[in-house]
Amino acid sequence: MNTFPDLAPAVPEIFLAVSAMGLLLLSVSGGDRRMPLVCWLAVLALTVTGVLVVTSPSDNAITFSGMFVADGFSVFIDVLILIGGALTLVMSPQYLKRENAPRGEFPVLIVLATLGMLMMVAAGDFLSLYVGLELQSLALYVLAAFRRDSIRSTEAGLKYFVLGALASGILLYGSTLVYGFTGSTNFTAIANSIAANEAGPPLGVIFGMAFIAAGLAFKVAAVPFHMWTPDVYEGSPTAVTAFFSVAPKIAAVALLTRVMMAPFAGLAGDWSQIMMVLAVASMVLGAFAAIGQRNIKRLMAYSSIANVGYVLMGIAAGTVSGVRGVLVYLAIYLAMSIGAWAVILTMRRGAGLVKDIGDLSGLARRQPLMAAAMAIFLFSLAGIPPLAGFFGKFYVFLAAIDAGMYTVAIIGVLATVVGTYYYLRVVKIMYFDEPAAAFETPPRAASAVAFVTALFTLLFFAFPAPIVAMAQTAAMALFP
Amino acid sequence: MLYALVVFLPLAGALGAGLFGRWLGDRAAMLLTATLVSTAAVLSMVVFTLVGIGGETVTVPLFTWIQADGFIAEWSLRVDQLTAVMLVVVTVVSSVVHWYSIGYMHGDKGIPRFFAYLSLFTFAMLALVTSDNFLQMFFGWEGVGVCSYLLIGFWHDRPSANAAAIKAFIVNRVGDFGFALGIVGVFFVFESISFGTVFDDAPSMVGTSLEFLGGHFDTLTVLTVLLFIGAMGKSAQIGLHTWLPDAMEGPTPVSALIHAATMVTAGVFMVARLSPLFEYSDFTLGLVTLVGAATALMAATIGLVQNDIKRVVAYSTCSQLGYMFFACGVSAYSAGIFHLFTHAFFKALLFLGAGSVIHALSGEQDLRRMGGLRKTIPITYVMMWIGSLALAGMPVFAGFFSKDAILESAWAAHTVTGNIAFVAGLVAAVLTAFYSWRLLFLAFHGKPRASHDVMHHAHESPPIMTVPLAVLAFGAIFAGIFGEVVFREEGGEFWGESILVLASHLHHGEMPVWVLVLPTAAGLVGIATAWWFYIYNPALPARLAANLPGLYRFFLNKWYFDELYDAVLVRPARTIGWVLWRVGDGQIIDRLGPNGVAARVVDLARRATRLQTGYVYHYAFVMLIGLVAIATWFLWAVGLQP
Repeated sequence: MNTFPDLAPAVPEIFLAVSAMGLLLLSVSGGDRRMPLVCWLAVLALTVTGVLVVTSPSDNAITFSGMFVADGFSVFIDVLILIGGALTLVMSPQYLKRENAPRGEFPVLIVLATLGMLMMVAAGDFLSLYVGLELQSLALYVLAAFRRDSIRSTEAGLKYFVLGALASGILLYGSTLVYGFTGSTNFTAIANSIAANEAGPPLGVIFGMAFIAAGLAFKVAAVPFHMWTPDVYEGSPTAVTAFFSVAPKIAAVALLTRVMMAPFAGLAGDWSQIMMVLAVASMVLGAFAAIGQRNIKRLMAYSSIANVGYVLMGIAAGTVSGVRGVLVYLAIYLAMSIGAWAVILTMRRGAGLVKDIGDLSGLARRQPLMAAAMAIFLFSLAGIPPLAGFFGKFYVFLAAIDAGMYTVAIIGVLATVVGTYYYLRVVKIMYFDEPAAAFETPPRAASAVAFVTALFTLLFFAFPAPIVAMAQTAAMALFP
Repeated sequence: MLYALVVFLPLAGALGAGLFGRWLGDRAAMLLTATLVSTAAVLSMVVFTLVGIGGETVTVPLFTWIQADGFIAEWSLRVDQLTAVMLVVVTVVSSVVHWYSIGYMHGDKGIPRFFAYLSLFTFAMLALVTSDNFLQMFFGWEGVGVCSYLLIGFWHDRPSANAAAIKAFIVNRVGDFGFALGIVGVFFVFESISFGTVFDDAPSMVGTSLEFLGGHFDTLTVLTVLLFIGAMGKSAQIGLHTWLPDAMEGPTPVSALIHAATMVTAGVFMVARLSPLFEYSDFTLGLVTLVGAATALMAATIGLVQNDIKRVVAYSTCSQLGYMFFACGVSAYSAGIFHLFTHAFFKALLFLGAGSVIHALSGEQDLRRMGGLRKTIPITYVMMWIGSLALAGMPVFAGFFSKDAILESAWAAHTVTGNIAFVAGLVAAVLTAFYSWRLLFLAFHGKPRASHDVMHHAHESPPIMTVPLAVLAFGAIFAGIFGEVVFREEGGEFWGESILVLASHLHHGEMPVWVLVLPTAAGLVGIATAWWFYIYNPALPARLAANLPGLYRFFLNKWYFDELYDAVLVRPARTIGWVLWRVGDGQIIDRLGPNGVAARVVDLARRATRLQTGYVYHYAFVMLIGLVAIATWFLWAVGLQP
């Protein structure tokens, strides 16, 4: 019975795991001097992994006794995660040097976290899901506390770890409930068991599903499981925050989507209610709480919470077009968010990176290009056409309307209006306020990232078809 | 093609000067518009010969303007005898005014704009007189209103000019509202707005009634009264006349063109054009007669005591429009249009002459600071005499024929309203002659009362201004004879079918000699009195004013119309507006709307921020609460099943 598992579908993950260990050896043997080299090699590793992901057979290949699934959905998400990780690493060497923390384990941790994300996206079983999730989480806890000498950074790491452990516990408890009532941890088996029960799913399964949803909601930072986000975003080193806001978020959303669509497809009526409540709460709280923020990292934290709200709205729709909307949204969100963080990473004065929104005043006159890029990202995040952010929201709202979620959609639109206020306030400060003191020369890598992502955000409206089509294919994979 | 050219040449000029004025330059803009309008004038004379003399009436369809279900508005030119006369009046006076303005506006900063407005006005007026349906007429009607507004406020850096422009516009809103209601009513009743259809169906509507708010009203009376309200506003009849004197804030050529010869006569034209409707409502005709008579008398009394040279002429215009209306009211539409025709020439002449005086005195308009200009500006002096003689209705001059025709018709009507109008017209004729010669004597005779400096600079206007005056003077002398021969020959057959007069309203019979002589005598009495007051015994007017202070102030303050409106309409409206602004908008809408919502958002934001305490156990607690809430929700929703 115990035949050797087919490794072909898992080649990218295996490659990345091996590379991570190699990079670790390299950085340990070479010390901190090798940090830039390790970073660039890590970028290379991620790129190669991306190529492997795209080229490897992805036609719903299942291996490791159903624990590992590689399908169109995981390919799409893997690519986004790898891009997010690679762009973070591109910006890191200069950032770490200027922060006087040029330690070689940074790229290794990023690669390991990325590996964890790929694992969880490809999970076909609650056990493999948990292993992947913990791999990425542990790496992220360490990354959050990466500035060991900074109280805020260690505080962020500790908070993230404690709350993350709680969330993991909730998730595990949910898994055991589901296992207890269905007799399996395999997604397909659970789905079959639920479908076979003609009297409707037992309450225990529903409870288990609710616990799992809550645990994953923590990972995507949906209200009310969001409380860690502003503190961790603020305390972590900015490059780590940039990474937090894209890769783990995309991975967690993908995981949530898969768990809801695959094992719990039969409970769609139940979980879509949870998703709607979480979506509305996230959109509203994200919009309102951001208004009160003066720190730009906290502002971006609430912005990411609001964005998760829109994504959850797409998941709540529970349809192919909903998932397609989610995927398009994630792709666009990746560009906008990493771009905005790249701009923030370039804003440095003698005392360190800018923290206060007010510090950006008059940026348009000091650095017109950076200000323009930031304005593009902010307008896009606000969802102003013809920028990419508008289309992201458009597809999600379209799916919500098609699914008849009119109330949620209307609340979402109103929350967008409130959200526009705080995005535009930043634009106003950059363009109309008196210039503050000059910034240091922006690092080239971050500038380049900002430039490329701004271009994508600006021109997406001209060529939306390829991404929308890919998202469509990926979404179809979840609906056999 | 010919007809379309007459209408659209001025529009071409307006577009050219208006859009490309900056590029063309002042001189080219002036020449372009003046040439195009003059061409239109020549063409309109051809039209007059074809249509008026030849009797060939035509309707030129241009295009369908609006088509919506049963509502169809064509755009076509209706050219009959009435239109032909108006075309000549409008284009001739307009071209004369264009040329005159070249001299008068010399050195102004906005010359292309001014000429664009003038030409645009001319187009709108031509569109009005060539209209073939109510909507087209309304288009022209509003078009001339807009141009009038723009031209009164042409010197927009003067607050008084802006106020006057706004006043003219707002007062006209009242009339236009009536007109618009009338048009809607016409469509409601006749299900068409085409003149032809409506006029054909009008007889069948006699005796029908409209039900409104429980009352029954005669259909045609309601419609014609509404339409007449529109005419009252545009033609400055009593009650809605207050804007006309203020409109003198505009450049003088504008006053001559718009506020003497053309736009203000649009109301008279409208009543004549709609005679097939008005004829069927004796009530409306009586109303028209009374309003006209009252205006003629009222405006003349005010004109007696005004000191601004242009305001005297303006009230004179108002008064003369009253004549035209009561002529229409006694079904003597042809006499009304005849007077419109002659009046256009001599009143434009008087205005442009007054403009020449003002030009000579470096902008002085007050009669009390003029005097003795006879020698300094002799040509203008002669022109003003000719204009005044025509206005007073002295034999041979234009006004003699037309005013006699009106007064005779009023007398011949043998109705109560007709008799009232006849008496009022006679009294007004005395007053007209009096104030005309008062103006002449005060401005040109006696000792100069202007400062030495101003008198030193006083000079006759250049030929570009005096030649147009001569053209108008020619009209002021011969238009009456021309009209007497052409319009009134053979009992008014000239008008053909363009004017409808019911047989019951036709009055034949011998006029007593005194009816024919009396108007002239009235004019002579007025002139003699003016001579007595201002040449023979110059101290008399002041003594009279002192002895009759109440009456003097009543006239000087224009019958207190402005004060009345201010107290009854303007101030209450302003109070209501203030209350709505402060309470309605500020306290209710702003506080509960934008400001309120914004304040709540900030409130919520503060609360949302306060949730973030920074304590891990708070965060964990919130997570657990959320989990418990979800679990409870399912317990409650799904129920406790095994």
